Amino acid sequence: MSKPKLALYWAASCGGCEIAVLDIEEKILDVASFFDIVFWPCAMDFKYKDVEAMPEKSIDLCLFNGAIRTSENEAMARLLREKSKVLVAFGSCAAEGCIPGLANLTTREEIFQWVYSESPSTVNTDTVRPRTHVSVPEGELEIPEFYDTVRTLAQVVPVDYSIPGCPPQAPQIIAVMSLIMQGKELPPPGSVIGAGEKTCCDECPRVRKEKRLKRFYRPLEIEPKQDECLLDQGIICMGPATRSGCGALCVKANMPCRGCYGPAPNVVDQGMKMISALSSVIDSQDPGEINRILDQIADPVGTFYRFSLPDSMLRRKQLR
Amino acid sequence: MKTNHEEFEPRIVGFLCNWCAYSGADLAGVSRLKSAPNIRIIRVMCSGRVDPSFIVRAFQLGADGVLVAGCHPGDCHYQEGNFKALRRILMLKRILAEFGIDERRLRLEWISASEGEKFARVSTEFTEEVRRLGPLELRADVILQPLGTEQENEAYQLSPGLNGTIQQGVAL
Repeated sequence: MSKPKLALYWAASCGGCEIAVLDIEEKILDVASFFDIVFWPCAMDFKYKDVEAMPEKSIDLCLFNGAIRTSENEAMARLLREKSKVLVAFGSCAAEGCIPGLANLTTREEIFQWVYSESPSTVNTDTVRPRTHVSVPEGELEIPEFYDTVRTLAQVVPVDYSIPGCPPQAPQIIAVMSLIMQGKELPPPGSVIGAGEKTCCDECPRVRKEKRLKRFYRPLEIEPKQDECLLDQGIICMGPATRSGCGALCVKANMPCRGCYGPAPNVVDQGMKMISALSSVIDSQDPGEINRILDQIADPVGTFYRFSLPDSMLRRKQLR
Repeated sequence: MKTNHEEFEPRIVGFLCNWCAYSGADLAGVSRLKSAPNIRIIRVMCSGRVDPSFIVRAFQLGADGVLVAGCHPGDCHYQEGNFKALRRILMLKRILAEFGIDERRLRLEWISASEGEKFARVSTEFTEEVRRLGPLELRADVILQPLGTEQENEAYQLSPGLNGTIQQGVAL
C-alpha cells in the first residue's frame, strides 16, 4: 500500500513554523516513515512544477504556513488547495495573519516609500521600485505582485482546519499528527485543532484577584511579582482574550501573553474582546482620568491585534 | 463617494438601554417631538451590554454612525454598567481612529427616561454630524460578505440572532 502523501509549504512567514515541525524531535522520524513527503521547499528540493504535475486531490495532508502577501503566495494557496484533500492553516500567519498582517495598518505604497526611498539605510537615487514585469536582453522577467492587503489563508481558499500558534507548540503538533497517523477521526471541518477550548488564563498558574487598575505598565517598566496575575499588576496580558493550548509559556517566563493562539473559542474578534475585558477593570469613572489611564497603553492596535489583524472584523486600516 | 453630502441620508444604529435611553426615546415619540429619523434603535438591557464588536459589526453592515445611550452616571439599573460602556467607548474610539474610521462616528450619550427632548436633540445633532462626515464607505473587502466555507462563515459571524438584529437595524 502506498503511503499517505504530505506537503508542507510556507507563504508570508518567518520560517518559525518550519522549525516548529522539527521541534517535535524524534517524532519527525515517525512522520517521515508514515508519510510520503511530496513537497517541502524549506527542507527538500522540490519545484512548483512538481506540484503542478500532481493529480487533483492527490496530497492527503497539506500543512500551509504563512499569510497571503503576494500573488505567488496566492497562486500556491490555490494550487495546493486543488491538489490537497485536507488543507490546514498551520500557525498564526496562515490562520490569523500574525505579524506580517500588522502591515494592514499601512499600504503597499507607504511600505515601498519607506523601504525603497525614506529609510535611513536606503540609497536609491534612481528611485527604483519593484515591478512585476521587466524586459532584459534575455527576455521578459516576472516577479510576484506585492498586494496592498495581507490576507489569511481562509480568506483566499477554503481551509479544512486551523492550527493556531506562533509557532504551534510541539506537543500540540505531536497530538494532531498522532491523531492522523492512528487514523482516528478528526473534528468536523472548519475546526481549530491542536489547541484548547478555553482561554490562556485557564492554563495560567498565577493567582488572580479582583482587578482594579489605575496604571498600565509595559513589561520593561516593572518587575513583575512571580505568582500574581500579570494583568492584576497592570501589565497588559492578552490571556483573557486568547485561546488556550500553549501551556501558558510566556506567563510562566514572567512575560505577558501576547495572544498568538488567536481569539478564544466563539470569539469573533480578539482585539474587541480585549477592549471589553480591559475596560471592565479600569478603576475610574471620570472620562478625563480614564483617558489618562488609556494613554498608558502603548500601541493599542498593535497590542490587541498583534497576531490577528487580517482576521479581525476590520481587517485593515481604512483609507479615505 | 457621493460628493453632495446634502443628498446623503446617514444610517445610524442606536443601542439604547432599556431603563433610561429607550424610555427617553419613547417619550420623545409620544411627546411628538421633531427629530431626525435616521436612528435605527436596538434596545439593549444596559449600555454595558454593548460589546465593542456589536458597534464594529454595525459599521461593517453599513452603518455610517453608531449611538450608544444609557443612564446618567450613578443611575445605572445595574450599578455601573454605564461606566463600563464609558470606558469601552473611550478605548474603542482610539482603536477606530487607528483603523482610519473617524471617532466622531461613534457617540455615547446619557439620556434619562424623562429626557425625551434630549433624545430628540441628540438624534438630530448626531445625524447632522454624520451627514457632514459623509458616508463611511468601508473598503469592499471589509464589508461583511461570505468567505470560504459555510462553517467559516458561521464561525465568522456573531450568533445568528444578534447578527440579524444588527442587520435589521442597519437595513431599516
